[in-house]
Amino acid sequence: MLSLSATQRFTRVVPDDMNFSRYERGDFYDEMISSSGEPHPASRLLAREIEGLPSGELKMRQKAAERALMQAGITFNVYSDNRGVEKTLPFDLIPRIVSGTEWNRLEKGLQQRILALNLFLDDLYHDQKILKDGIIPREVIASSTGFRQQCVGLKPPQGIWCHVTGTDLVRDQTGQILVLEDNIRCPSGVSYVIENRRLMKSLFPEVFSGARIRPVSNYAARLRDMLEFITPDGGTQPRVVVLTPGRYNSAYFEHSFLAQQMGVELVEGSDLVVHEGFVWMRTTSGFERVDVIYRRIDDDFLDPRAFRTDSMLGVPGLMEVYKAGNVALANAPGTGVADDKAVYAYIPRVIRYYLGEEPIIPNVTTYICSEEQDQRYVLEHLGELVVKAANESGGYGMLIGPHSTREQIEEFRRLVIANPRNYIAQPTLSLSRVPTICETNLEGRHVDLRPYILYGRDIFVLPGGLTRVALRKGSLVVNSSQGGGTKDTWVLAENDDSPAPSTATAGGRPQSMVLASPLISH
Amino acid sequence: MLSRVADSLYWMSRYVERAENVARIIDVNLNLMLDNPVGGEQRWQPLIDTLADHQAFAGQGTVADSENTIRFLSFDPGNGNSILSCLGAARENARSIREIISSEMWEQLNSFYLRLQDQAVQGTVGQETSMAFYAEVKQACHLFSGITGATMTRNEAWHFIELGRLLERADKTSRILDVKYYIPTGLGAEAAGLDDIHWAAVLRSASAFEMYRKRHGRIRPDGIIEFLLLDPDFPRSVRHCLDGVRSSLHHITGTPIGSFRNPSEKLLGQLCSDLAFTQVDEIEDEGLHEYLDGLETKINQVGSGIYDTFFAFRTPTLSRRSRYNEAH
Repeated sequence: MLSLSATQRFTRVVPDDMNFSRYERGDFYDEMISSSGEPHPASRLLAREIEGLPSGELKMRQKAAERALMQAGITFNVYSDNRGVEKTLPFDLIPRIVSGTEWNRLEKGLQQRILALNLFLDDLYHDQKILKDGIIPREVIASSTGFRQQCVGLKPPQGIWCHVTGTDLVRDQTGQILVLEDNIRCPSGVSYVIENRRLMKSLFPEVFSGARIRPVSNYAARLRDMLEFITPDGGTQPRVVVLTPGRYNSAYFEHSFLAQQMGVELVEGSDLVVHEGFVWMRTTSGFERVDVIYRRIDDDFLDPRAFRTDSMLGVPGLMEVYKAGNVALANAPGTGVADDKAVYAYIPRVIRYYLGEEPIIPNVTTYICSEEQDQRYVLEHLGELVVKAANESGGYGMLIGPHSTREQIEEFRRLVIANPRNYIAQPTLSLSRVPTICETNLEGRHVDLRPYILYGRDIFVLPGGLTRVALRKGSLVVNSSQGGGTKDTWVLAENDDSPAPSTATAGGRPQSMVLASPLISH
Repeated sequence: MLSRVADSLYWMSRYVERAENVARIIDVNLNLMLDNPVGGEQRWQPLIDTLADHQAFAGQGTVADSENTIRFLSFDPGNGNSILSCLGAARENARSIREIISSEMWEQLNSFYLRLQDQAVQGTVGQETSMAFYAEVKQACHLFSGITGATMTRNEAWHFIELGRLLERADKTSRILDVKYYIPTGLGAEAAGLDDIHWAAVLRSASAFEMYRKRHGRIRPDGIIEFLLLDPDFPRSVRHCLDGVRSSLHHITGTPIGSFRNPSEKLLGQLCSDLAFTQVDEIEDEGLHEYLDGLETKINQVGSGIYDTFFAFRTPTLSRRSRYNEAH
């Protein structure tokens, strides 16, 4: 899909200083460079390739990549901007590399967490044993806006609630990986994982042949398998659709991309109609029945008869069909309760309660402002903490204490006191960094990692995920709506962390590097 | 296919074709202005009348001179039929059906629109660059339709694209021919041999000059009218386009050609027969301008018939047999 044309290729080369000899690792964990100043074993090959590039070449490839993204229209809309203003999500060429050993552990940790979250959701909407046993205070759930009365007693097909999850992981100063957020409603970004990889393969083919990097391109096929698995009645050849709020949604590109890659119809609410207990879509030759809906619309807007009555995006009557078992929805409505930041604080207990296991990936320490002791601590330490609104996402409604003015801190003090249930606080993490292409050199920028997990016949974790990078110097906010960009994430295939150099690169910088550069479409 | 998707395919393709034809008509008028040694007033107003909403232009309070007209027809976002607006609308439609069309189609439309937008920001097209500019617009639109032809399966989506493209082209070829009606013949124009020059320009603007020469040889008004309206084989003639519309329409519905199941099939059948059995002297008897007016009205009616049949919002009727089984 992406291609770089010849004219894009021959831009003027400006000499620069893109190497690691003067790279400042700083007082952080660096995903590429170890404390000795040498690359981590998993990153050696890439570091050597980058240093072998002629001056100016890396920057030139970076610019070519940006133009390719613009031309391909891989853009998003920012809500605060005027309608229709498009931006490409900034993409940095230097990937984040995860060793095979580390990934295998993360994969197990994520599978464990999703399994527990699904049991948790099912329990919350049925017997509520976990509340009866006093593991989580009842009022935490009762006051969560993500808890949907409409879903009580619901039996989703195959008993699965959270079909698609995009868990946010961060690494702290000590090198430990932690879960920052569970995104169990409509996590977005996976299309960038796939497109970034496609672009990287065309820009650095020599590295891909040398390092054994686990592929991500089968995501759409896995997604489709999962969606067909949850067909009501286990019907054969089900009709699967992707439901989008429409082309002005910030993630519209992704909706259309996933529909295209899966080979299914992309529909808007107005394309669907409920009739005689089923969901139908309006076609040029009449109405056709729909079996599975991968919906990228929030619960609130899904069905004006069940949720927000003013929604123009949804399908009136959809929930009734869903409850009757005549259509499947992914994700199930009501999953937002487990996404609540106050509920998040209890997830390690949730894992122990349902699985009897210790969490493999720990949570970030979290203070619950509705608990008196925690609240006192938070109010005393606002200047050091990150305070988050429990029901917000996308980096909105957040205070980063160390980076805030006195007025901002005081505003949050008022907010927390006025509505403690709505806030949690966490220590300001020194997120790990990855070398990133800046004006004339490489500088460390903070990153997080969002792997994507599909829950169908089994729990599948896409090897890699979206590495989001805070491009502004010193910034910790990685959200695309707040000046963040992305990087490709390479999970190495072998448990052995130092891939053997390929023959092409064994003897120093390969002469073929410049000639063999990319730039060809595929 | 979803009705909304069919609607977007149809309009995406119509708007690209429209942008191309606006470029063609501006181009022919520019050519005529340069080939007018006897001088006389420049007549740009008729172009505005035929291509756009004249009230939108009047609302701007500027005179219809060449610079204002060219800017209005090429770049004005307030004119829904300017080249920029058409390509913007085509792109918005394409964006909502990216998963239906090929990536190559989307990228051509997207990158051309972005280029055009840059140009619009830089300002108006000068006389010296305008020929090259309109040639570029035509080429980009041809490239889009070439990519479409080379990358789309001949499925329902393809036929909706064809419907939009050919219906628009039929309408615009008729309007290109009508431009001649407005050209001032003026005193001595005939004597100066200008009439032939004008007719040749009309042919060129429909990329028809060379093919006409092969078919008819000499430049004769009746030959040109016949070629642009009634020729069965020239790809921009009204008859050829409407035959294509009919063929795609019947592909979509499955109705055998020669019969009809909806109003647009009926009207189109009549229209195609008319064009097949009309002779050019009958058109001249009626008056070319009047004939074209009537033709354009009928083409419009076919368009609204297509809307009613395929795109209009409908609700399910009660207790109707499920189409589900048929679809699988």
